[in-house]
Amino acid sequence: MSTRVGVVVFPGSNCEHDVAHAVEQLGGEAELVFHDQDRLGRLDAVVLPGGFAHGDYLRPGALARFSPVMAAVTRFAAEGGPVVGICNGFQVLTEAGLLPGALQKNAGLRFLCTTVQVAVCSTKSVLTGGAQPQAVLELPVNHFEGNYTCDPATLEMLRAQDRIVLRYVENPNGSVDDIAGVSNEAGNVVGLMPHPERACDALTGGTDGAVLLRSRLSSAASAAGALIRTG
Amino acid sequence: MRFSVLVEVRLRPGIADPQGATIERALPALGFSGVEKVRVGKAVRFEVVAADEAAARDEATSMAERLLANPVIEDAEVTVISGNGRP
Repeated sequence: MSTRVGVVVFPGSNCEHDVAHAVEQLGGEAELVFHDQDRLGRLDAVVLPGGFAHGDYLRPGALARFSPVMAAVTRFAAEGGPVVGICNGFQVLTEAGLLPGALQKNAGLRFLCTTVQVAVCSTKSVLTGGAQPQAVLELPVNHFEGNYTCDPATLEMLRAQDRIVLRYVENPNGSVDDIAGVSNEAGNVVGLMPHPERACDALTGGTDGAVLLRSRLSSAASAAGALIRTG
Repeated sequence: MRFSVLVEVRLRPGIADPQGATIERALPALGFSGVEKVRVGKAVRFEVVAADEAAARDEATSMAERLLANPVIEDAEVTVISGNGRP
């Protein structure tokens, strides 16, 4: 049975098909889940893809967090289901309070569209469980508001609990402590600014993202296995 | 009664403000000297029907907390003015 990954579509999302394609290429099954759905159905993992949910009006993610689907995603996350937010999805997860901190405008006030190196700093999350610690991956970034910010106490907590999952090798956007991705305490909710789904095919410039998405698929499969065993 | 309300959303102290820094660097080139501590925020104005001024303020404060500001990085200040006057 292949792993079923729900890809949430808000009005203005624009990476849902990239994510679905990458998931299917890696042997998973992708299902688009629309923002007005208040139930997720049978899914093993959820991805909030990149884009501009609700036009990013007011702030990125500020309106998306009130979508009916976010209540379902919050329940899914609370039950231990793997949830990954990529780029705009990361912004939605912080606005929804599923991840700490916030994403501000880039320090240089420029939209960034480039490939960056990121180092795997924790392998305790659903996204990095299959990666080598300290591995350096080349991943595309594509954002204006990717400057991760949190207060000093939160940063200390993230470090102490090993929740900084990815750091930029060269900080492109001013993020505190070079943070490119963080997880919740349990490690089942992860947000990151780079786009692993756009680095899953040599044809389009690299395959370094595959290790991350594959981690998520296998952790989703084992979470599903655990549910079946206990249920 | 109808109240006009101003909600000023500003970055909390200590949060980096690249827009403010850019403006601060640009001003001297235009001959404005001695300008410091530039911070860029948002002003949200609206009218709301409420029983009294306190109710209008409570409503606007709740809007600011839930939607208009992100409390992780922003503070919001609510000003209520009765009638059609601009705050």
